Amino acid sequence: MITVEKLTKSFGPKLAVDNISFSVAKGEVLGFLGPNGAGKSTSMRMITGFLSPSAGKVSVCGFDVVEQGLQSRSRLGYLPENAPMYSDMSVFGFLSFCAELRGLFGSTKARAIDRVVQLCSLQPVLFQSVDTLSKGYRHRTCLAQAIIHDPEVLILDEPTDGLDPNQKHEVRTLIREMGREKAIIFSTHILEEVEAACTRAIIIDRGKIVANGTPAELKCRAPLAGTIVVSLSGIGWQSVQPDLSTLSFLDKSELISESDSKTMFRLQPKGDLLPEVLTLAQKRKWRIDHLNVEEGRLDDVFRAITLPETEKASVE
Amino acid sequence: MRTIWTIARRELGAYFSSPVAYVFIVIFLLLTGFFTFMVGRFFERGSADLLTFFVWHPWLYLFLVPAVGMRLWSEELRLGTMELLFTMPVTTWQAILGKFLASWLFLLIALILTFPIVVTVEYLGHPDLGRILAGYGGSFLTAGAFLAITCMTSSLTRNQVVSFILSVVVCLFLILCSWPPVTDIVVNWAPAWLIDALANIGVMTHYEDFQRGVVDSRDLIFFFSAIVFFLFTTSVILRARRA
Repeated sequence: MITVEKLTKSFGPKLAVDNISFSVAKGEVLGFLGPNGAGKSTSMRMITGFLSPSAGKVSVCGFDVVEQGLQSRSRLGYLPENAPMYSDMSVFGFLSFCAELRGLFGSTKARAIDRVVQLCSLQPVLFQSVDTLSKGYRHRTCLAQAIIHDPEVLILDEPTDGLDPNQKHEVRTLIREMGREKAIIFSTHILEEVEAACTRAIIIDRGKIVANGTPAELKCRAPLAGTIVVSLSGIGWQSVQPDLSTLSFLDKSELISESDSKTMFRLQPKGDLLPEVLTLAQKRKWRIDHLNVEEGRLDDVFRAITLPETEKASVE
Repeated sequence: MRTIWTIARRELGAYFSSPVAYVFIVIFLLLTGFFTFMVGRFFERGSADLLTFFVWHPWLYLFLVPAVGMRLWSEELRLGTMELLFTMPVTTWQAILGKFLASWLFLLIALILTFPIVVTVEYLGHPDLGRILAGYGGSFLTAGAFLAITCMTSSLTRNQVVSFILSVVVCLFLILCSWPPVTDIVVNWAPAWLIDALANIGVMTHYEDFQRGVVDSRDLIFFFSAIVFFLFTTSVILRARRA
């Protein structure tokens, strides 16, 4: 439902978004990750039609965002970064204004407002001025505005920024539920959020897409993913090492910690190592306290992919 | 059309939900009263017209219209709500017209509230009501032209004070370039074509026609083309901001 082709945006000599392409289908929730200034917000602004691209095309529900802006914009909901709102309005007034701009009037409007007030639990502040809202309510009011016309496509720029853990959980659940019938893109810094809510994630760094896959696929790219951590008691590292060298699928082994009673080490596989390790352990009658195949953490993937680039940039 | 009205209604609501509207209307009425009666010596003139009332309007508008219009786009830029507005199914022109019409309507309300002076002059003598109506028309159009200028300057900056000052400068230029005390000085050295050109782009020449009760199509064209020109410039600036 969202197709981005070779999208590029430059501000003067600075290339903010560099030739990115991806698409999001109905029922997908795409997490947009990347360090600050990587081009996430700029990309989202181009998808929503707020900024015009320097090159490339974006289409939403088949409508080009530049040439058929009205059609594409009427099909998407957008939560901008920092949830901007007219400070002189009440929550109800603001939602009513947004509903009317979306072409909802009369009883349709009343029903739409009722629905989003329920979804975002805004009843307690409905007639409060937007200016006096806490950050959590502010964000939720702006989120309510984005979904008031039940759009097919949702673009959310850091929807959980500044919320407390309970509110974050609520918003994530909401995103996941809505994601079943919509195409959603949301950006975040919080990696656990990607695992909790996304069906797919894109990591973007310095304007380029550096990774694109399901959270599980991305996790496999962690440097430590797939390594086996073993903790044995009653045996020292010295006596374990010779046995380890007989394993055919072992790439390298590494000692993590050793005390009088316990030895803990990590094995880097280059094939199907686990059965081999288990057979060896049985043969040698090792007393295994703990054995774990590392899943890999998105955090590590994120750092591994984006850090070298940022470091390079700071050296230059 | 409905979108323009929705935006205009919100802007009007913004005026009346803050003290701005009331302060503006009170100051406008006090100043028009003060200039008409104290400075213009309305009673001493003993003439059944509103010349001393209307003659001050461009000068009052010079400061009051930029004060009304300075927030139109600056506020959107400062709050970041422009991002919200332009990702709605709204065209740039709808947004510009909605905001402009709301402020113009607000100025019209303030202008209508000066009706007691019409009642006064009607009670005291037999004024030419057609001429008074033309005077109001000219006043309203001048306010519109100044407002369009303020729209443009407020789309340039997120700072309302800067937008106010820029707008006052542009409006002052339009007043002065056909104001007799200034043109009298310029006439000594400037070539005739320049004097003519300045007199034509100046607000005062066109404004005074209305005060004489003349509704000339050239004056109407002047005001409407000024409004269209500055609103068009606003749209160019807003598009450039998003390029």
